[in-house]
Amino acid sequence: MAKIKGKVTFDENRCKGCGLCATACPVKIIKLDTSRINIKGYHPAGVEEMDKCIACTSCATICPDVVITVERVD
Amino acid sequence: MAKVLMKGNEALAAAAIQAGCKYFFGYPITPQSELPEFMARELPKIGGMFVQAESEVAAINMIYGAAGTGARVLTSSSSPGLALKQEGITYIAGAELPCVIINISRGGPGLGGIQPSQADYFMSTRGGGNGDYRHPVYAPATLQEAVDLTMEAFNVADYYRTPVIVQGDGMIGQMMEPVEFNEPKKRDLPVKDWATTGTEGKRKPNIINSLFLDPQALEDHNWKLDRKYKEIEENETLHEMYKMDDAEIVFVSYGTTSRIVKNVVDTLREEGVKAGLIRPITLWPFPNKAFTEIPENAKAILTVEMSTGQMIDDVKIANEGRLPVHFYGRTGGMIPTPDDIIAKAKEILGGAK
Amino acid sequence: MSVVFKKTEGLTEKQTHYCPGCTHGIIHRLVGEVLEELGVLGKAIGVAPVGCSVLAYNYFNCDMHEAAHGRAPAVATGVKRVLPDNVVFSYQGDGDLASIGTAEVIHAAHRGEKITTIFVNNAIYGMTGGQMAPTTLIGQKATTAPEGRKKELAGMPLKMSEMLSTIDGAVFVERVSVHNVANIRKAKKAIKKAFEVQIEGKGYGIVEVLSTCPTNWGLTAPEAMKWLEENMIPYYPLGNFRTPEEGK
Repeated sequence: MAKIKGKVTFDENRCKGCGLCATACPVKIIKLDTSRINIKGYHPAGVEEMDKCIACTSCATICPDVVITVERVD
Repeated sequence: MAKVLMKGNEALAAAAIQAGCKYFFGYPITPQSELPEFMARELPKIGGMFVQAESEVAAINMIYGAAGTGARVLTSSSSPGLALKQEGITYIAGAELPCVIINISRGGPGLGGIQPSQADYFMSTRGGGNGDYRHPVYAPATLQEAVDLTMEAFNVADYYRTPVIVQGDGMIGQMMEPVEFNEPKKRDLPVKDWATTGTEGKRKPNIINSLFLDPQALEDHNWKLDRKYKEIEENETLHEMYKMDDAEIVFVSYGTTSRIVKNVVDTLREEGVKAGLIRPITLWPFPNKAFTEIPENAKAILTVEMSTGQMIDDVKIANEGRLPVHFYGRTGGMIPTPDDIIAKAKEILGGAK
Repeated sequence: MSVVFKKTEGLTEKQTHYCPGCTHGIIHRLVGEVLEELGVLGKAIGVAPVGCSVLAYNYFNCDMHEAAHGRAPAVATGVKRVLPDNVVFSYQGDGDLASIGTAEVIHAAHRGEKITTIFVNNAIYGMTGGQMAPTTLIGQKATTAPEGRKKELAGMPLKMSEMLSTIDGAVFVERVSVHNVANIRKAKKAIKKAFEVQIEGKGYGIVEVLSTCPTNWGLTAPEAMKWLEENMIPYYPLGNFRTPEEGK
């Protein structure tokens, strides 16, 4: 079965930089961007290597602030 | 409509049902238990709901929930039970929920006794809960008046979105008198578009709430409530002036005690003493205006209560120092007798000549 | 591109006031998703009493009551008794349900009220800044148990699910956790089942959700999840305590 490809989008200004999504990502591609802060003053979570995302929704499931939307590339 | 001989507690319950109340939440406590018992029998017959709560605290919070759906709801209790309900009542006042609360008061403080008393005056008129709030308090003297005021209370509650207390005493609850159920005066009651009945996806959520963490928002809310209370004071104050036109001694008394005082007034007049009675029917708002209509020749005011003196504070406020204010009271469940009151009146007038 | 995860209609747009990593946010979402998926959001009426979740009326996209501390099950009773066809739930913390509100929750269960309670147990008073709760663990520090809870002073922590499961009217009682993705998914199933029990009119349902309080536990959000797993679950075992037999 072809590998499922996914895409996650972060509604950055809802993020409180708690880091739970980063711990839950099985492919370890979520990081807090410590180079900047969002409107709340937190380092927002984000993904750089989107191509590794497998749309498993673990990040969105554990996010307490509904920051993440997950799509699957069909 | 034909009169029916009923016990006070049951007449009150029947009045609530006549007023369209189908939901009752209460708890047993002497001397009002016949009221929930009546509701337990009658409400199921009309598709209503009777719930015996685990405590008066729970009961008043069930009222909060049920009133939040827009239904007409009733709870009843007696003095110590009302003390337990005070937090719920201030929440209900803050969230602007309509409901009727009946207090068949008994002697206090603490567990006190089970005989009739008027020692809940402060609790009911000064607000036993926290914060700036008021609520109308009706004090019926007869069962017919109790029935009329209870039915009126549901309209007042809906009209102003406020809890309303009907405060009798053990006698009102326990004695039997013939009553009839008359429609209260028509009011165009506001639609309860604030009620929580489920958005059905058609409107924004309704929220029943008394929390305002932002102080300016809470202040605005307080002044809004205050405007409501001023409106209630303006429109809903009730009292009776009995043989007051030429009264030299002015009695002030309410509820069942005022019936004894009416006998005293009649007896004194037969003996040539010009006596009269101001009878507050709403304890809040207190009938201050009545005191400006006291005739010039009045010499003294005698407040008679079944307590050690609570309404007397409001009498003094309303009197504004014009006349000497005296007090006679029995408390703990003891009932003042006409002779004792007459003796006190003569003592005052003797001194006043 | 197909969306596989998006914000539920069960929640409003409002961002929550909860601390970073506080799992209240997850539990709110699960309740919102369940109400939406069961198609009852338009009939839902929630009751949130005093506690960190007192502001839940801003977050659940349905009619809400803010209730006095501990009294949510009574308020919910009042609502449900008037509106039996609506879906009524209370969302309460442990300081609320296991302390000041124990009588109310026990008697709502005892009467078999057809309401659903989401009981968030984070073993501490969050809103007021970290005081000991009836569910605070032995040795767990709190501002009112500076050297940690001591049995001889404060007794053993209360196991509400076990307690409530002895009450006939509590037809659905389950304890779940949200400390990792797998458990979050199990928690959602339990919450859904509890609401189904209500909708089918079978009786009172409660889901105890072990939850974190990073701020008052003095831990980061991931550390708090770990602390929950290693300390709370051994004392508060997960699992179902009561569920109506199928077909009943």
